[in-house]
Amino acid sequence: MLEGLMLGLSTAFSLQNLLMVIGGCLIGTFIGMLPGLGPMSIIAIMIPVAITLGDPSAAIILLAGVYYGAIFGGSTSSILINAPGVASTVATSFDGYPMARAGKAGKALSIAAISSFTGGTVGAILLLMFAPAMANVALLFHSAEYFALMVVGLSAIAAFAGSGQVSKALMMTILGLMMATVGESALFSAARFTGGIMDLQSGFSFITLAMALFALPEAIYLVLDPNRSKSGDGDSGEIKDLGITKSEAKSIAPVLARQSVQGFLIGVMPGAGATIASFLGYAVERNIAKGEEQAEFGKGSIKGLAAPECANNAACTGSFVPLLTLGIPGSGTTAILLGALIALNVTPGPRLMIDNPSIFWSVIVSMYIGNLVLLVLNLPLIPYIAKLLAIPRNYLIPFILFFTLMGSYIGQNNATELLILVGMGVCATVLRFANFPLPPLLIGFILGRMLEDNFARATNLTDGVGFMVERPMTLVLLIVAAALIIIPSARAKLAMRKSKGTSIPD
Amino acid sequence: MTLDRSIAFIFLVLCIVYSYTAFVSMEASLLPFERNMSFLPNTMPKWLGILGAISALVVIFTTGPENAHQPGEGDIDFRRLGDYKIGQALMLIGAMIAYALLLRSFGFIASTALFLIGGSVILGERKWQVMIPVSLFATFFIWYLVQEVLGIFLRPWPFFLG
Repeated sequence: MLEGLMLGLSTAFSLQNLLMVIGGCLIGTFIGMLPGLGPMSIIAIMIPVAITLGDPSAAIILLAGVYYGAIFGGSTSSILINAPGVASTVATSFDGYPMARAGKAGKALSIAAISSFTGGTVGAILLLMFAPAMANVALLFHSAEYFALMVVGLSAIAAFAGSGQVSKALMMTILGLMMATVGESALFSAARFTGGIMDLQSGFSFITLAMALFALPEAIYLVLDPNRSKSGDGDSGEIKDLGITKSEAKSIAPVLARQSVQGFLIGVMPGAGATIASFLGYAVERNIAKGEEQAEFGKGSIKGLAAPECANNAACTGSFVPLLTLGIPGSGTTAILLGALIALNVTPGPRLMIDNPSIFWSVIVSMYIGNLVLLVLNLPLIPYIAKLLAIPRNYLIPFILFFTLMGSYIGQNNATELLILVGMGVCATVLRFANFPLPPLLIGFILGRMLEDNFARATNLTDGVGFMVERPMTLVLLIVAAALIIIPSARAKLAMRKSKGTSIPD
Repeated sequence: MTLDRSIAFIFLVLCIVYSYTAFVSMEASLLPFERNMSFLPNTMPKWLGILGAISALVVIFTTGPENAHQPGEGDIDFRRLGDYKIGQALMLIGAMIAYALLLRSFGFIASTALFLIGGSVILGERKWQVMIPVSLFATFFIWYLVQEVLGIFLRPWPFFLG
């Protein structure tokens, strides 16, 4: 492990990669602060740039930096103007915005930055310990287990991402899998489901799909509802008093300790991710707090701000565990990162540590550097970066749309791709209207190919689908997958039957 | 029918077409020696088509109007779609389609500048003296960045200029 760590340090500390981390964090913060643009959209927009770099380590370091920066930027806009760009920073605004309104914006930002730093750091250390151990276990897996594992991952994502509507999430996952079957098939090079369109011969482009699912609907939402992009009232220019006192530090220390571990563990589970971690972190801390402190939650409590910030960063780091060790993305963001890695000819999974140790370790090390950059470099810059919130939407929106189009165009140099992008973007917007979760669709799409490859290998080896019952581990995993879908749905049904007759509270 | 159910219904139709392709059309185009193989290009699609249809049916029958999605704060309520700037959104989508169709023949610089200016105009911007220089500067800057720094070819000028 020490050897790997040194390798990671030497890769991550090369001048180019350091610049990537710093640049990524700054870009991420800049764009992440704009209301409505979450980490997924930003990473999707940055992928073509990262791929053009050619060096997988540099690319993934850049994207990880963007990811961290975007989350930090999202917290900043939650605190300053109560406009969380991402779901995972909604809990931050509960106490962050009241603090900012009470004139303590600087303090709130510092606490957010310190909490994120702690969460990220503890997360990175846990990742360092967890990932190699998990990769060793994963090396024992065969194609049959891989297939089953991916099914588990997909069902977990559907179960957790559906916010109570598992059937909708499941439908989106299957749609994603179906879209992955367009183009050439596993083991055979016959084209399927292309409808005779030559441009679909190699399937849908992952970047186009990522843009269409996340960046475009968000931009259309901004157009539809001008209130979403409301700018600050001009008070964002007066951020001062960034310091926190000793007693404040003392009171948030135990919160940070608890939430970094809890957040990390939630992040490791596929599908749970930063949003659940931040809400759960907030709820747990509110329940633990006593008397006066508890009453302060929601009115500008520093504990209430520290908890979700710490938990969501730890969870982001945690979500890299399944990505790097099993090659299974646990969230929409890691799914996009997975797509980028595949485009760079790197297949994440247990072999990554052996085949490409420099990538594996440098990602872990640069996560830590990313946290440091956010704390040391970004925090003092916040008052200036916050000026960005004053860009009028009349300029902002055309540029967001343009970057979305460009992102999908420069990868392929194909104008048909742009039409596909717009068409799918409109469909995705309609799906969002009806509250169909979109991350499962993208994860299904990305895992679809791998799922089919492994399925093909397993069926060929055992001459049929007998492997599902013959291999005990496969069988157990498939049962777990089924349970993940059935139990939450059954529970929701029961709860609904119970609550029938009572009025639904607002 | 609520929007959720309509979407599920459309998905159901899609699944039926997909399954038909997998079970009938693709089966018919298999080569004789392939028929005995355990894995075929349509093996996965067959499963997916059936599972997709089941999931669509579950959504259709379990999301009644009583438990349909209630838009939360910050969500867009599609039942009040008329209250939103739907015209602007549609025009911008139109502008994107036009951009996609014209990018090749007009060249990157002309079409991008037009798109950025047009987008601002659609959103209600009328300060031409700010808008035009900003768009032109951004267009040239991005073209330089993509073409010269990243090394990706983008034809800058219209077709008749080469």
